[in-house]
Amino acid sequence: MIKIKELHKSYTMGQNTLYVLKGIDFDVREGEMVAIMGSSGSGKSTLLNILGMLDTADSGTYILDSNPIKELDETKAAIYRNKFLGFVFQSFNLISYKTALENVMLPLYYQKVNRKERQARAQNFLEQVGLGPWASHHPNELSGGQKQRVAIARALVSEPKVLLADEPTGALDSKTSYELMDVLQKINDTGITLLIVTHEEDIAKMCKRIVHLRDGVIVEDKKVKQVRASSYVE
Amino acid sequence: MFRALFDRDTWQEIFGSIQKNKLRTLITVIGVLWGIFIYITLSGASKGLDNGFERQFEEVAINSLFVWAQNTSIPYDGFRTGRNMQLKLDDQSYLMQRVPQLQYVAPRIARGVFGGDGASVKRGGKSGAYAVYGDFPILVKIASKDIFDGGRFLNQADMDNQRKVCVIGERTQTELFEKDEDPIGNYIQIDEMYFQVVGIHKFSGGGGFENDSDIFIPFTTYKKVYNTGDNVDWFAMAAYDNADVVAVEKDIKAALKVKHRVHPDDEFAFGSFNLGEVFNRVKGFSSGMYFLSLIVGIATILAGVIGIGNILLISVQERTKELGIRRALGATPREVRMQIIIESVFLTLIAGIIGIILGSFVLAIINAMTADNSGFPYANPTVPIKFILIALGLMVGLGTLIGLIPAQRAVSIKPIDALREE
Repeated sequence: MIKIKELHKSYTMGQNTLYVLKGIDFDVREGEMVAIMGSSGSGKSTLLNILGMLDTADSGTYILDSNPIKELDETKAAIYRNKFLGFVFQSFNLISYKTALENVMLPLYYQKVNRKERQARAQNFLEQVGLGPWASHHPNELSGGQKQRVAIARALVSEPKVLLADEPTGALDSKTSYELMDVLQKINDTGITLLIVTHEEDIAKMCKRIVHLRDGVIVEDKKVKQVRASSYVE
Repeated sequence: MFRALFDRDTWQEIFGSIQKNKLRTLITVIGVLWGIFIYITLSGASKGLDNGFERQFEEVAINSLFVWAQNTSIPYDGFRTGRNMQLKLDDQSYLMQRVPQLQYVAPRIARGVFGGDGASVKRGGKSGAYAVYGDFPILVKIASKDIFDGGRFLNQADMDNQRKVCVIGERTQTELFEKDEDPIGNYIQIDEMYFQVVGIHKFSGGGGFENDSDIFIPFTTYKKVYNTGDNVDWFAMAAYDNADVVAVEKDIKAALKVKHRVHPDDEFAFGSFNLGEVFNRVKGFSSGMYFLSLIVGIATILAGVIGIGNILLISVQERTKELGIRRALGATPREVRMQIIIESVFLTLIAGIIGIILGSFVLAIINAMTADNSGFPYANPTVPIKFILIALGLMVGLGTLIGLIPAQRAVSIKPIDALREE
């Protein structure tokens, strides 16, 4: 599903150049659930952003679902993001003046799906994350966990092949975090590939594979026995 | 591209962003609204002025001029200086022949107009002194006379038969006749001679020396009654519409100088008043006003639209994160740009339409206030629909252009940087 080779990324600030990714080689197969771990500054979020085509690498190759992602212009990148990828962010990134339903409908708008179908599909995905009755609420009327579920529904509605989550539980308490991981595991069970950036050990253990990053290189890449979040959820 | 225009989400987004800062949007919209309001009111008002001037001149042909005789100032051809000049009836055909641009030439003669006593007019026990004009029927082609229903102006038969008929003024009627009396067909005495009233002319202001008590009789009758021979006091003339009235005036004087044996450089032998030239100057002035109001209006619209661009630039900056989210969800740069441009055009158009309505409202008030004031040169202030459409088109164009700046700014930032924005 994802193949990257010799991926380099640096940031230049004034006269200093900060090398964030120093040659990453990394494959993800379809249906995997990968945790990317590392301390802050290790480059894990940068890696996820490059995989999500929100940022570009300085060098290296990146192949997404057999499509080489290199030198894509913004329009093509937008279409790929819309078609292949779903994002979940730590800070939810919901649009405040739209209801939960309207937020979930948004990716379909850019897929040029008609309004009626958008509504039906968005409502369906909200129900899947257990927020059916909250469809007409605005984000400020929802709890952190609920907001993140709306964000997950929004990421899933366009039926992506890969879901990228950057610290999805970072803003949630542990109980809510486990509930959310339960949702993510169930999504993975349907065959969607998941990449989760986290620095929480217990969250990482709920994935099938853990990749450790330190100072821009992969120091460990291991398969783990997945802990089911449902065992923590009453 | 047009799909976005008809999508509820597009509008929801536009209204969402407007609602986020109602006051700021309102103030910005007022900028454009004010621009179009100024444009409409100014151009409407100057059109009103234009119409007003035209109304002032509507009683006379706009390219008319008047020529009279004075005294010579240069000795010539055996004549000494200071010779009294006298226009004659045959000058009419002479001028028509020599100056082909002339459409009408009406010889006029009068008493009680430029000094001197008016005719003594009596009817029953009432009497008064009034100006009496000897006129050709053709006069109405040069200076129109509104005649009340039931009456008429002088005609060729009156001329041919030297009829003792007259057209009297409104004031003459009220002074000589009873209120419920119809003067048409009745007789009045002018200098002891009976004249039958055939018409009553409406007086309308607008300059000139004529007034509401003037009495018009056929030129031929005048000539006989007052024994004036072929003398003419002055000629009222109208040139063809496309003629250069200044050149025509020169040609007329030159022709008269030849016929009356006056030195070609003698500027005093014949006096003239060129209404066409005055009219052209006034028209020039009001066209200038009109043009000025267009420039001022368009410049004000431009200033307003720049304000909208400015506010959108701020709004885009504030929405950087939201636009980043949209792009992460698959909005192409073109879609982001489109949304901002539609927003810009929408704000501009709404402001424009309100401005047009307000401007028309003010014009309607001005119109109502000046409607019955015939002395004030102002009538029917209007803005042609073409100009309104041009203004609207201009606003859409400018709104798009100015929207391009914030739109480009919105897509120039990388999605990840936009998402990091707080």
